[in-house]
Amino acid sequence: MADLLLTDVAKTYGGTVDVLKNINLDIKKGELIVFVGPSGCGKSTLLRMIAGLEKITGGELQIGGQVVNDVPPAQRGIAMVFQSYALYPHMTVRDNMAFALKIAKKSKAEIDEAIAKASKILQLEPYLDRLPKALSGGQRQRVAIGRSIVRDPKVYLFDEPLSNLDAALRVATRIEIAQLKEAMPDSTMIYVTHDQVEAMTLASRIVVLAGGGIAQVGTPLELYQKPENEFVAQFIGSPAMNLLPGKITGTGKQTTIAMDAGGEAVSDYPSTEADMGAQVNVGVRPEDLVETDGTGNHVFEGKVAITEALGEVTLLYFERVGGADPVLGKLPGIHSDLRGNTVKLGATPDKVHVFRDGQSLLYREGGLKRTATTDNLDVAVH
Amino acid sequence: MDNIAGTKSSLTWAVHLSVIILVGLWLFPTVGLLVSSFRTADQIATSGWWRAMFPAEQNLVLRTAAPAEQVQEGGLYVIEGNLFVEDGNPRPEATISVWGTSSRDVAAYEVGDTADMGEDGRITVAENGDYRLENDTEFEGRRGERVFVTAKTPPEFTLRNYQNVLFDPSNREGMAKAFFNTLTVTIPATIIPILVAAFAAYALAWMDFPGRALLIAAVVALLVVPLQLALIPLLKFHNEIGIGKGYLGAWMAHTGFGLPLAIYLLRNYMVGLPRDIIENAKVDGATDFQIFIKIILPLSFPALASFAIFQFLWTWNDLLVALVFLIDSTGETTVMTKQIVELLGTRGGNWEILATSAFVSIAVPLLVFFVMQKYLVRGLLAGSVK
Repeated sequence: MADLLLTDVAKTYGGTVDVLKNINLDIKKGELIVFVGPSGCGKSTLLRMIAGLEKITGGELQIGGQVVNDVPPAQRGIAMVFQSYALYPHMTVRDNMAFALKIAKKSKAEIDEAIAKASKILQLEPYLDRLPKALSGGQRQRVAIGRSIVRDPKVYLFDEPLSNLDAALRVATRIEIAQLKEAMPDSTMIYVTHDQVEAMTLASRIVVLAGGGIAQVGTPLELYQKPENEFVAQFIGSPAMNLLPGKITGTGKQTTIAMDAGGEAVSDYPSTEADMGAQVNVGVRPEDLVETDGTGNHVFEGKVAITEALGEVTLLYFERVGGADPVLGKLPGIHSDLRGNTVKLGATPDKVHVFRDGQSLLYREGGLKRTATTDNLDVAVH
Repeated sequence: MDNIAGTKSSLTWAVHLSVIILVGLWLFPTVGLLVSSFRTADQIATSGWWRAMFPAEQNLVLRTAAPAEQVQEGGLYVIEGNLFVEDGNPRPEATISVWGTSSRDVAAYEVGDTADMGEDGRITVAENGDYRLENDTEFEGRRGERVFVTAKTPPEFTLRNYQNVLFDPSNREGMAKAFFNTLTVTIPATIIPILVAAFAAYALAWMDFPGRALLIAAVVALLVVPLQLALIPLLKFHNEIGIGKGYLGAWMAHTGFGLPLAIYLLRNYMVGLPRDIIENAKVDGATDFQIFIKIILPLSFPALASFAIFQFLWTWNDLLVALVFLIDSTGETTVMTKQIVELLGTRGGNWEILATSAFVSIAVPLLVFFVMQKYLVRGLLAGSVK
């Protein structure tokens, strides 16, 4: 239950390979921070650096106001839940939970009380005398969480805790973690995942890591509604946001863009005189595309190659034009009849995102404050 | 074995055949030794061990009771008794088929016939060995008449060989002392290298220090050094530092020769333990020593047990190291292998002694193997990850 402050934290292997740099984060007590990013972006490394399992090669890490760069893991007041659970296979559930407390030379009464409390929260009471191999995946995961609860740490660290569970169990355990957080509002949690549903549902703030740095920090809805750059725009949300090239033809409080493929988009993003004529990408989420009646402006026009009717929505896959990514639309209701047709789609100005040189027009001088610490975002998103 | 891809190979029969051959190769001599060790010298000489379970037809030379036993019945001097009774010890039941009174014709008479031996009298022998020897004149001499019988004796097993080899204090060639000497060598020579190697293996597997890779390479290199190379220099060294020949020297030699394999085996096993478990223990606040004692050692038990079996068998069956570092002229520290080598020289014809001694020496390794073998196959890691 403490604040975490990361200042210019960096990780270099062998003095040459930069894995992470310029990581600045201010994590408040009681927050549940989720690190997401594509594989290899260093999210697990960052978590392990906070845990003390990896050396911090640059910058400073404070937990509860105290610099802990060189403090061993056990004295940092953290508890970690590993992806593989890492239960001690030769100990019963009770001994697994008691291990850290016994090492810390706590009295037997204290240990029993802590275990009783944790096993009650996690409904592990019937299993206390079983060995891990006699438990199901979800129960093992609960034991792993219980093992961290009994230590009453300042910060909980979760390293992809649900990725070994099957889909149904994953949802159930995700809800359990959300309830656990609810029950312990003062505890600070850091959660690493590559699953954006977990990130969106659990996080109080999400940190998107990419290219060795932070791409954006914000609440789930900030990331969804106001992505700072094309990377975050495409990383958050599924299916990914469509990016369509165009030229700015009108500036001011609203921006007007003439699409390269024909049509015109109007966005609520502000722009300046200097942007006039600039080449930009217009971003529209598939679910924000709507059919135009044929008279109004359209952002996109294309031939539907495939439709996927899911009942509540229909996914439209348009034919590729040139080397561009295929465009996707997501229309409410059933539209199987659109296959093979040429459709014009538009979007309301508040749903049209504009990126110049990969950066959102919203996050510029005089606009919103940038949180990204890296410009190296040419990473493949999916 | 569900990690093996595929279901049934077309060569299953070859596997089965090899298994049968291997089992046979292993089992035949062992069972033979075991059976022979329970048979008498006579039985071993007349029939193979595989016939031990069946009645055996034997030609025996027996004697009637001495003339001193004779009684006078009317005008006859009579000796009665049973041929199989020797010095008052009844022999097991046997059935006589034919018999004779001369070594030239051992099958001269049927059961119940009466043989006339002239002035030596007349003898009648019944199927069960009862005889009646009668004569008109008094029997003379000190010994009884010889009777050659062909008899079927039921299977018979005796513990006398073991009694002789193990519990007869007057037997200077007995195995009892050698057995305990071997134990005295083997147990510390198994425990010491495991203790040392477990610590070393943990450090080489999980602790970061400069030169670690070099040390591992050195250990692997030591695996291929033949121990004969070190015998004389080591013995000289032992003599110079004052250990001389004795148990301490033998323990140290076995430890030294066993360590490279022990470290190599254990390190490879420990390095395969899930990193997460060890890191979790670190987060839990355990020191390296606590991680070693509470996590690594219990999880490495299968590897420790399998190495213990190897080292135990090796030191138990060792002759070379014992000869060089242990056995001196007093013979007080003779181990079993050396004792058996000597028996082969002095008692080469006494198969019952050799078989018994050999079985005494393989009994403990067999026991160790059967008790420990489940640890060789038990997967202790089940359920820890995933």
